[in-house]
Amino acid sequence: MKVLIMGCGRVGARLASLLDEDGHEVTVLDNDVYSFRRLPSTFGGSALFGNGIDEEALKKAGIEEVDIFVALTQGDNRNVMSCQMAKHVFNVPRVMCRIYDPLREEMYAALGLETISPTKIFAQLLREKLGS
Amino acid sequence: MYIIVVGGGRLGYNLLKALLNEGHEVLLLEKDPRICKTITDEMGSVCYRGDGCEAATLAEVGTGRADMLVAVTGDDEDNLVSCQVAKHKHNVPRTISRIRNPQNAALFKKLGVDVTVSTTDLILEAIEREVPTHPLTHLLTIDEKNLAIVDVKISPESTSVGKTVKDLSLHKESQLALIIPAEGNAYVPTASTVLKADDQIIAVTTLETEEALKSALRGM
Repeated sequence: MKVLIMGCGRVGARLASLLDEDGHEVTVLDNDVYSFRRLPSTFGGSALFGNGIDEEALKKAGIEEVDIFVALTQGDNRNVMSCQMAKHVFNVPRVMCRIYDPLREEMYAALGLETISPTKIFAQLLREKLGS
Repeated sequence: MYIIVVGGGRLGYNLLKALLNEGHEVLLLEKDPRICKTITDEMGSVCYRGDGCEAATLAEVGTGRADMLVAVTGDDEDNLVSCQVAKHKHNVPRTISRIRNPQNAALFKKLGVDVTVSTTDLILEAIEREVPTHPLTHLLTIDEKNLAIVDVKISPESTSVGKTVKDLSLHKESQLALIIPAEGNAYVPTASTVLKADDQIIAVTTLETEEALKSALRGM
């Protein structure tokens, strides 16, 4: 499958290399080329410089052909905006959005985005670990 | 009217001032405590420190009873989210967003923002208007009606000089509203009005027929 990942931070880079190992065609987009240092030397996908909330940059990154779009930048709002572009402008079949803020996450989930809030999940996980 | 302004930059600050002067109830949301303090010191308690993209902050300031929310931060994505939270969480009837990337206008409309104002486009148009050879300037765009009010200058070389309005065979969606001659008073043209060199024409047109209007008046 063709996957476009926006944001090459720790999670983005790791997800990119995992999906690459699984044999998917992966492109990572980041507005700071220095972030690409996080990709392993074995990474077979492509790393592109660009702003993920810019239609032109998304087109250059091949968003019109991808099956999956994942937004993993540090900014909730940037993730939300690019995911809505992917879903409503480019009709990407599967769009995943990381939103740290649980309230914002709930709202965008209600609006039909597929969202993940690491804050919620991690807090829950810690609670379970602590056995409370 | 109760109006919430998000973003206390130069635009937010001046907008706050203008709206207060008009007698509205206005509240400015700003993340930076220093900016908030400066505004509070000057204008009283009209600034609330908080993130205008957070549903909780918007709830604290009573967004549910706001008539309008205007997001004017420097980041398009923040303005979008602010408007969407206002609209979907707090049912604000009218949301206005500043955009810096003109391409975002269509996207924001699609995502439920009622009005977008592209500061980049506005500045471009203002500068273009000052370029003497610029053929057509947008004075106003009325999005709801898909109309634009434009300003066209008839150059002496234009083949439209000496023609009547009727001769131009304009689309019926393009109407010449006013002619401001090089000398003398402005007047409303009729079908038999003859165009003269250096006439300045104010016209109303749909966006689709704008190009045709431009060519007809410039005589290309």
